[in-house]
Amino acid sequence: MSDTPHYPGGDRFAPTVEPPEEAVEVPTGADEFRRVHDMWVAGTEEPPWLAAATDEGAQELLPADVDPRVDAEEGSAVVDDYLERPDVSADELQIINMGPQHPSTHGVLRLHLELEGETIRRAKPIIGYLHTGMEKTAETLTYVQGATNVTRMDYLSPFHNELAYALVVEQLLGIEIPERAQAIRILMTELNRVASHLIWVATQGMDVGALSMMLYGWRERERILAFFEKVTGLRMNHNYIRVGGLAADLPDGWEDDVEEILEQVPKGIAEYEELLNENPIFLDRTVGVGIITPAECHAYGVTGPIARASGIEWDLRKAFPYSGIDRYEFDVPTGRHGDVYDRYLVRMDEMKQSFRIVRQILETIPSGDYRSDDRKVTPPPRLRIDQSMEALIHHFKIFTEGFKVPAGEAYQAVESPRGELGMYLVSNGGPKPWRLHVRTPSFAAVQALPAMLADSLIADVVATLASTDPVLGDVDR
Amino acid sequence: MADDTGVEMPPDADADGAPVAEAPFVPDHPVLAALAERHPDVRWEERIPPAGPYQPIAHVERTDLVAFAASAKELGFETFIDLCGVDHLGGRPRFEVVVELLDMTDRLRLRIRVPVPGTDPVVPSLTPVYAGADFYERETWDLFGIDFEGHPELTRILLPDDWEGHPLRKDYSVGSVPVQFKGAHKAT
Repeated sequence: MSDTPHYPGGDRFAPTVEPPEEAVEVPTGADEFRRVHDMWVAGTEEPPWLAAATDEGAQELLPADVDPRVDAEEGSAVVDDYLERPDVSADELQIINMGPQHPSTHGVLRLHLELEGETIRRAKPIIGYLHTGMEKTAETLTYVQGATNVTRMDYLSPFHNELAYALVVEQLLGIEIPERAQAIRILMTELNRVASHLIWVATQGMDVGALSMMLYGWRERERILAFFEKVTGLRMNHNYIRVGGLAADLPDGWEDDVEEILEQVPKGIAEYEELLNENPIFLDRTVGVGIITPAECHAYGVTGPIARASGIEWDLRKAFPYSGIDRYEFDVPTGRHGDVYDRYLVRMDEMKQSFRIVRQILETIPSGDYRSDDRKVTPPPRLRIDQSMEALIHHFKIFTEGFKVPAGEAYQAVESPRGELGMYLVSNGGPKPWRLHVRTPSFAAVQALPAMLADSLIADVVATLASTDPVLGDVDR
Repeated sequence: MADDTGVEMPPDADADGAPVAEAPFVPDHPVLAALAERHPDVRWEERIPPAGPYQPIAHVERTDLVAFAASAKELGFETFIDLCGVDHLGGRPRFEVVVELLDMTDRLRLRIRVPVPGTDPVVPSLTPVYAGADFYERETWDLFGIDFEGHPELTRILLPDDWEGHPLRKDYSVGSVPVQFKGAHKAT
């Protein structure tokens, strides 16, 4: 031990165990893996990928000699003409995929983003991941069953879907709806508009970093959904607005519930406005972001709050009033800049206008029947079924065979929370629609996304996407 | 795909059986009258719906479609609302393309109905006039197999790229999977 090196702390820090003469080879993880692999999988020959697993460049997925254009032409890849632009070097442009499983795409939307640095040069929405063939299904269901189908398209505003469907069938039938039923329809759709906008403000807030908005928005929406559940039995997909009227009248004591909503939810909305309206982070993320011009709105068929935020004063409730909404007073809020912040302001104002309508309905709702007395579409009252064989047969016929709708075609649009929700119905005189086409507002909004996203920063994609408020069930149907 | 509809439509048999007026009807709204004057060949349908807003309907041949839409846009129908297909299987002609336009200034809607023969389902694309026709034409191609000539990228939009057939055609059956109930006896 005489040649022990000197340690600064004295001998206390000298190693007490002598190093062995020859270093023992401790097996590393990779060696162990290789040993097991050789023993069980590959025999003695080492596969090339194993050797390359730690090499640089191993993350390159495609061999260099495979041309992506071949895949594109064969239809196995999405055609993208970026690949056919020889003037642009691949080093300058980069394509990234956002979605379909991205949490901020509000469903299963996929965006192809072509980037130059952090700037988006082109965006391409790819949809269809939620396509369930609802227009085909509508052709196999009777008019009575149809409402259960359409209510599932835009699952955040099911009442608007049901209303558009009921109205378009009633156009062809030419039946009158009692005033009370009309008022209840408006009451439910306007509350639904608020519920839908609350979801929107919750997700918009979350997507730009205001996480508490997510909880607050759902909290207020819950009050409205509880009311829906009380009236219809379901929180969503209600099948409440039916051809010829409604499924049932409002339950006893509904005025108190609506009164509570009118008291509590506006308080919440005032809170959100205090939170967001002048919040510097929120302003930075939304002002001047995702701009769409009025001309682009017209060309792409963008309607609703997005178009109104661009300064287009257009609301179907004013232009083509339906279900007696022209009896109530309300304003159409518009923005000026067409950016995310103006859409936020427009939607916040719309909620207040909806409450104005609900308040007027609460004060002026007429008494009367909740459905048409046209026995062609309306089943007989429950009590009559117990008393009369004819009434039982009548009831049975309506719910098995359905009622027949005169041949013809009609288009009816309602102002859904996302814009113009139109239904185009072709009837051949039978009990099922010959063709039902649904013109959904989200479809047009997604189509206009490239116009909003072009030449913006990649960090703004999420804010812009959230501000268009797409519902993918509505887009893909 | 069985196409039995090569024959052109006789002028007095509309696809859904609506009777055609003897004297040519021209709508009296100034915008529509101007549109009718520019395109005298277009047949206007006079139909007052039992309920709902007034909706003028123009029957346009597919060769005139783009010119008609361009005139409509010039005269104020600046908003593109909708485009969809209809399959009148057994009717003549088989298909129909229906376009909805909107004039926000005059609060006026316009529906254009274009007959499309089943043997040659090709319609000129409206994308040069309305950029928004893009997705709608892709959807109509996807679900009906109606070809839009001049569309920049007519690919499937709702269905996967390798899907066979066009599901909203009436001769495309609705698929179904039989439900196997627990304990059910198999029919032999």
